[in-house]
Amino acid sequence: MKKKRVEGVMKTVLLISALSSVTIVLLIGFFTVKESLPAFRSIGCWSMLSGKVWRPGQESYGIMAMIAGSGLVTLGAAVIGVPLALGCAVFLAEVAPGWVAGLVRPSVELLAGIPSVVYGLFGMVVLVPAIRGIPVPGNTGFGLLSASIVLAVMILPTIAGVAETALRSVPRSYYNGSLALGATRWETVRRVTIPAARSGILSAVVLGLGRALGETIAMIMVIGNSVVMPEPLTDNPLSVFLSRARTLTGNIAVEISYATGLHESALFATGTVLFILIMVVNFSARTLLKAGAGGEVSR
Amino acid sequence: MRKFTQSMFFSVFWLTGIAAVLVMLSVAGYVVVKGFSRITPDFFTTSPRGGLSGEGGILSTIITTVYLVLLTLAVATPLGVGAGIYLVEYADQSRSPLAARITSAARFGVETLAGVPSIIFGLFGYALFVTALKLGFSLASASLAGACLIIPVIIRTTEEALKSVPDSYREGSLALGASRWETVWKVVLPPAFPGITTGIVLGAGRIVSETAIFFVTLGGSYRTPSSLMSGGRSMALHVYYLAMETRAFDKAMATAAVLVVLVVVMNLSINMISRRISRNAR
Amino acid sequence: MRRILIIPAAALLMAAACGVPQETASEGEAGGAAAAVLEDEISVVGSTTVQPLAEVLGEAFEVIHPGVVIVVGGGGSSVGVKSVGEGSAHIGMASRAIKPSEFEEFPGIVVHTIANDGIAIVADPGVTVDDLTLEQCRDIFSGAITNWNRVGGPDMEIVVVSREEGSGTRGAFEELVLGDGVLMAESAILQPSNGAVRTTCGTTPGAVAYLSFGYLDESVKTISIDGVDPTPENVAAGSYPVSRPLNMITLGEPEGVAAAWIEFILGEDGQAIVAAEHYLPVN
Repeated sequence: MKKKRVEGVMKTVLLISALSSVTIVLLIGFFTVKESLPAFRSIGCWSMLSGKVWRPGQESYGIMAMIAGSGLVTLGAAVIGVPLALGCAVFLAEVAPGWVAGLVRPSVELLAGIPSVVYGLFGMVVLVPAIRGIPVPGNTGFGLLSASIVLAVMILPTIAGVAETALRSVPRSYYNGSLALGATRWETVRRVTIPAARSGILSAVVLGLGRALGETIAMIMVIGNSVVMPEPLTDNPLSVFLSRARTLTGNIAVEISYATGLHESALFATGTVLFILIMVVNFSARTLLKAGAGGEVSR
Repeated sequence: MRKFTQSMFFSVFWLTGIAAVLVMLSVAGYVVVKGFSRITPDFFTTSPRGGLSGEGGILSTIITTVYLVLLTLAVATPLGVGAGIYLVEYADQSRSPLAARITSAARFGVETLAGVPSIIFGLFGYALFVTALKLGFSLASASLAGACLIIPVIIRTTEEALKSVPDSYREGSLALGASRWETVWKVVLPPAFPGITTGIVLGAGRIVSETAIFFVTLGGSYRTPSSLMSGGRSMALHVYYLAMETRAFDKAMATAAVLVVLVVVMNLSINMISRRISRNAR
Repeated sequence: MRRILIIPAAALLMAAACGVPQETASEGEAGGAAAAVLEDEISVVGSTTVQPLAEVLGEAFEVIHPGVVIVVGGGGSSVGVKSVGEGSAHIGMASRAIKPSEFEEFPGIVVHTIANDGIAIVADPGVTVDDLTLEQCRDIFSGAITNWNRVGGPDMEIVVVSREEGSGTRGAFEELVLGDGVLMAESAILQPSNGAVRTTCGTTPGAVAYLSFGYLDESVKTISIDGVDPTPENVAAGSYPVSRPLNMITLGEPEGVAAAWIEFILGEDGQAIVAAEHYLPVN
């Protein structure tokens, strides 16, 4: 009898804890949206999203510049970080001898463990002064380039880790079969393994981008935080990366402690936009991953 | 020619691998070398003082970090481990549609939470715990917000650890007349324990490195907190304050160095536990 | 297997242990909620400009009264007003005058001005300009003047560094220097703290910024306004135009430790510390 009761109690307790994660998601969604409603209502959803001017003192709450900032810094991080990360993944999964992989993999994992404030500090002390040396008028070192480099390093372990797992999950028989047909190892990796792991690799990249969009502290330490649409400093369009910018995450962190009323609500609205953006990114990563897994089974 | 192409591409991959190690060494190495040159014994035995000047050591921030880790784990461990147990030991074994729905809701929750950026947890913690529940900038607010961050980590590792326990264990125990809970508690959990521990250490690591959440929930006072309702400053937050607020860049670097070493030690211990698990499995 | 319980249990013990001494000291205040109203520990929250000064003043006060703990946190001026108004902190700090809207929302708050603070115009030490008129300052910070050669300096682009929107220092600076309707240059580098503004200004060629007097050091050069140097003496004499009050805020008249501490700050010893930290005493 007592045994039955214990069983019932434990089951309920475990059930409640199982629902904790989804409860937290709902609470986060509820509170973020609830707090941002006044802003969406009185400013208007569209005029917030499309407004380029953010001046809370003047009641201007456009977050377009921050969306552009987040987008560009993520793009920059992808351009620098993705090739490096995917190269690492292929290296670890297919090229490196066991003992070398045993040294490289923990190094990459350690990159994931280093606190973002340490990356920010490193960026402030080392990267920003170095980039200040690029002789372009208006370049102060603080800006998208410094931020992109910092982010590229921060997303490297995420992308490399997931992509390596995807590569390793390709059945070994594919690889052996290809070798047996006379292909070299590189041809096999390029024409057999990588295509078979394609969706996993793609979802690794997308997950990395999601991580980049969400980074906060390291960004506010190196990006300059100016609320402007990033623009090229010279005729060369690439010089846009020397421009200062502000990310959606940075907007929240920099101003939340000073904000009241509508300003505070507008910051929660920034959070809502960021939340939706990241949900979309992560959802597509998961869909890709599942599609890939399904595809392999059917093959 | 084909051999040449292969060696060309493979050398590129070698280069990326080496580059990753070099990047890690230059970030961690720079911080550790620069930082440790500034560390004296009293850096660990005195607390920050003197306002702007950034004098003193980091004792109170170490204590705050320890409190924060323990409190966060106290909230997140039972919930996370419990959720993992339910998902693997109850939901997966049950065929009822309700259980299936709960499982998919919980999985959705875990996957979504894992992707939520920490500033959103901070914003949420600020709205709910600091403001709505009137907990203020305090250890209580910060550790509740921090628990949200690490619950998915603990759920995932618990699930993996439980799944690695062979089904024959469960079948044997159930066949001997034990209830499901008795089976979980006495038969399944002990071999899964090391795996669950790695999840807890991972969670602790996340809390040690986290800055954004605590920036908006912990208050930032450098005093040792005296109760759950006191604010405080974790080591990571201290690095931020030192770098952004004071003249003490060298102290920021030294604190960052301590953090990096801590993270290395945690990573090593996780690796050690996992290695022991795989050895036992063999 | 019991080991799995050790971690949460240890945490609870730890939490209990760090709560206990205060609770006994305050003679049996009941339960966890008691922590917020402890007699011997007060929480001070708000302006990051006042925070370092309050930390030093708190440490000095604790030396005289060993039983007292003064916990000083940041958050910003608005948070300071809000926290004390809502009762989640004993004392709020604000580096600006309290807005009418805030008095409306929290009618019970009482403001104690503990010091006055000048705001200095500072520049990268490589800039050779030593003096600006108030009007030139306005044009520089609003982005109308973008090169140092327009104000008698080298041919060098001006990089404006500023605090973020909502900061008390920025609010006071905008009110006193920019005036009505003139906006801070959009391209300004924005930093979320005074220290970061100083570091950025001191290391970025051609940078100009504004800093509370308490943050001045050799890493940046100060620029006089209309020939008047930014010194506490000149603020006191009324000849330096840019200053604002640093405030402590309580809900109702302060009592107990809070009252004693504010009295200490406004007394001789407290004001001596204020002066030593480069702020302007009020008494």
